[in-house]
Amino acid sequence: MAEAKMVNLTIEGRTVSVPEGTSILEAAKTVGILIPHYCYHPSLPIPGVCRMCLVEVEKAPKLSPSCATSVAEGQVVHVHSERALEARKGVLEFLLINHPLDCPICDKSGECELQDFTYQEGPAESRLRDPKRFNPVEDFGGDIMYVPNRCILCTRCVRFMDDVAHDTVLNISERGDRALVGKFEGKDLTHAWAGNIVDLCPVGALLSKDFLNKARAWELDRAASICPNCPQGCNIMIEVRDNSIARLKPRPNDDVNKFFICDYGRLNYRWMNRQDRAELPMVRNGANLAVAEWEVAIHSAARLLKDAKPFVLASPMLSNEALFLLTRLLERKGGTGVFRVATGEEAPLPGVEDLALRRDRAANVHGAELLGYTRSENPLADLGADDVLVIADDDLRGMTVEAAARAKGVIVIGTAVPDGLDNISVVLPIANFTEEEGTFTNLRGRVQRFTQAKSPPGQARPSWLVLGDLLGALGAQDSFFLPSDVFADLANARPEFSGLTYDKLGMRGLPVLNAETAGATR
Amino acid sequence: MGYPHTSHQRETAVLSQYFGDTEARTLDGWKKRGGYQALEKALGMTPADIVNVVKESGLRGRGGAGFPTGMKWSFMKPGDGKPHYLCCNADESEPGTFKDREIMRWTPHAVVEGCAIGAYAIGAEVAYIYIRGEFTEPIMWMERALQEAYAAGILGANAMGTGKRIDIYVHRGAGAYICGEETALMNSLEGRRGNPRIKPPFPAVAGVFGQPTTINNVETLAAVCPILMKGAEWYKGMCLSNPKSTGSKLYSVCGNIQYPGTYEVVMGFSFKDFLYDVCGGPVKGRKFKAVIPGGASVPIQTMEEAEATLMDYEGFIAQGSMLGSGGVIVIDDAQNMVRIIARLARFFAHESCAQCTQCREGTAWTTKILERIRDGQGTMEDLDTLMGIANNMTGTTICVLSDSCATPVISGIKKFRPEFEALIHGKRVHSVMAAVA
Repeated sequence: MAEAKMVNLTIEGRTVSVPEGTSILEAAKTVGILIPHYCYHPSLPIPGVCRMCLVEVEKAPKLSPSCATSVAEGQVVHVHSERALEARKGVLEFLLINHPLDCPICDKSGECELQDFTYQEGPAESRLRDPKRFNPVEDFGGDIMYVPNRCILCTRCVRFMDDVAHDTVLNISERGDRALVGKFEGKDLTHAWAGNIVDLCPVGALLSKDFLNKARAWELDRAASICPNCPQGCNIMIEVRDNSIARLKPRPNDDVNKFFICDYGRLNYRWMNRQDRAELPMVRNGANLAVAEWEVAIHSAARLLKDAKPFVLASPMLSNEALFLLTRLLERKGGTGVFRVATGEEAPLPGVEDLALRRDRAANVHGAELLGYTRSENPLADLGADDVLVIADDDLRGMTVEAAARAKGVIVIGTAVPDGLDNISVVLPIANFTEEEGTFTNLRGRVQRFTQAKSPPGQARPSWLVLGDLLGALGAQDSFFLPSDVFADLANARPEFSGLTYDKLGMRGLPVLNAETAGATR
Repeated sequence: MGYPHTSHQRETAVLSQYFGDTEARTLDGWKKRGGYQALEKALGMTPADIVNVVKESGLRGRGGAGFPTGMKWSFMKPGDGKPHYLCCNADESEPGTFKDREIMRWTPHAVVEGCAIGAYAIGAEVAYIYIRGEFTEPIMWMERALQEAYAAGILGANAMGTGKRIDIYVHRGAGAYICGEETALMNSLEGRRGNPRIKPPFPAVAGVFGQPTTINNVETLAAVCPILMKGAEWYKGMCLSNPKSTGSKLYSVCGNIQYPGTYEVVMGFSFKDFLYDVCGGPVKGRKFKAVIPGGASVPIQTMEEAEATLMDYEGFIAQGSMLGSGGVIVIDDAQNMVRIIARLARFFAHESCAQCTQCREGTAWTTKILERIRDGQGTMEDLDTLMGIANNMTGTTICVLSDSCATPVISGIKKFRPEFEALIHGKRVHSVMAAVA
């Protein structure tokens, strides 16, 4: 990138140096000042309509909208001057005259920018003595509901649909205070990425039907994670209430998903909460599987694997760490590792380069391939009669399980016990990805961390811990204490990952060596 | 000319000379009256020379803002490799203003000629005349004039045989006041919602279709023809007071006055003489109370202010108002100011494009309060609230519609406070008109 010319200015007495063309609003962010704003969003065109971000620029006759005013050399900006505060207070009063004060029943309450900025610098009382205007709630199709009374007409949703989704569905209908967000005739918000307008909405005007009345914002615990539903690797926040995932939200990452996630990813979270999980370790006792101590179960599995060739059917939803430890198992006797991937329609977001819901519907397809697993439509085809089949979190759904009967023994290391298999020898229950820590490698080779959002059910343990213990019982190595230890081993063993550590990855990830797109430099 | 009345001897008919003369509408009639000589002359000059003449004449925008026309034209950089556009703003929607309508009705060829000269001067091959959709008759005359001009080879790929291309199109507005704002007009012309654009970029940099554009009022462009024919000195000579305001200006006079109509006087004419002499003074038995001199969005003048005014850009500002579009609305003592201001506010609330918060919410809120006061449900706090709202609405938005709504409220409450207080204190409206509306 060509070196941009730097411009020096003063914002609230702080000297700022930013590239030419930066807005005052963005420049202020760099010194920790958030100028209140509604219509501005870094991912959308700038309309300058909400007039909330007005600041005083010395020598300018009028207050300037900081989102639409570029920095200039020597500029002196006052964000909190009396004039600027007075103007913004006026805007807040105007925004509130037709906004119902129904925060106690509003889904956005607690994460609402109108609440926040009103609390910060708004008027304590409204001077309105007249009735507010009223418009009924509307179904916008897809997952979205529109509450026009709460709408402050920032037009973020309209601009997202027009300029990012390239699907002209929304408009501003009517004029004056009768204005509201309208839908073009015969159109619905069925675009695969339309759900993002709920996140973009600064108030509670656009609501997710899925999340409606589920939780108050302050009841949610949040964990940084990666969307597991396709190999794009969008950064997400998992929001949990009472150990149950209530919703997924995008987490900004300029190198991957900007500010967005697709509706498929957003709404496909119920499986993470499923109740019919494998919760206790089990060992075959005659005709039945009987509950056993972890120690016993691990050693039973180790006994089976001691002299046999393992055949690992892995899930591409498993972390790099788990997949790596499974390769350790394979290395002992020269076994085979295979996986299969469910697929669906690709759905790109046209306004953002290289961002799409991908055909493959699993997070770590690229990671599995890098670690030497073979992708197959019929993964059990090569299972030998002397092999011990290790089913690592594949649910066998849609597969003919007869092939599995060939195996000498079957070990299930998974979140659930697959149906229809009567020769399972050992079940080792593991946490799903929301219940443990680890990394995924996305389709462009970017390694990204996810953190634990909720606790696993029963005695289920993190996959890396279970596999570490199993390798330990086989005498292969010591157990691991942390997933970062496993990753360190992985980085040592695999040249693609060399040099990477959890610390270096941070929460935005880094690409493996020779990744398709370099993105950030290592 | 005091159309539809007979011309007053103190008028200076330059643009209104042929109002009421049906023959001037046709190409032949227009040519007989010296038409298209200015265009012929212009096409023989260099664009820079035309711009200089217009600069020298001191012609200022007649749409309301009064920006020097020559200077505006000089912002269009020749040879930048981009297509230039001229827009003629004929979306005359300012309440009380109907001067452009008369120009287009009676002398459509003057507008065509002005547009052609303007286009040539700024290096544009295409000009758009954006006409308010409700102006069905002016649209008809303009379209006829264009047909005639094309048929006569005055316009087209070889305009007047000079090999220069000048195309002019008529575009009808769809009934929005805000589309008279230059950037909203451009959006509307492009087929978008008529919302004003944030500036910069200014139209001279990125206007219609993102290309350099100049936008001029109908009256401004029509005035270019006589300036080119008679010279800048002649035009500059039409000035009775401040040399910064030159030429003649059309005023459309309406309201409670003897002879409402369209008048043309030179800059600096006495407003008192204009109202009492040229326009015939108040209706019998009534007295003037107030004047809105430049269309609904300028401050209301008391009669003291109005009578002290010299009619030019600076003169109206000196007396607490603005020249604006020249739409003079006269209000006499039979009217209630609160009722009038409430009606004006309702107009602005209806026409707000809804982009900027202050305007969208403020215009409607102002209307609600004013109508409540009008209906006898007001309180004294409401007056403070109105002033507070109006202050927050001034100078904070993309365009000036918000300011325009605040203007009559601020000036009305400041200058006619007793009328508000009377209604608040439960006194019956003394006006005869109150019973009607």
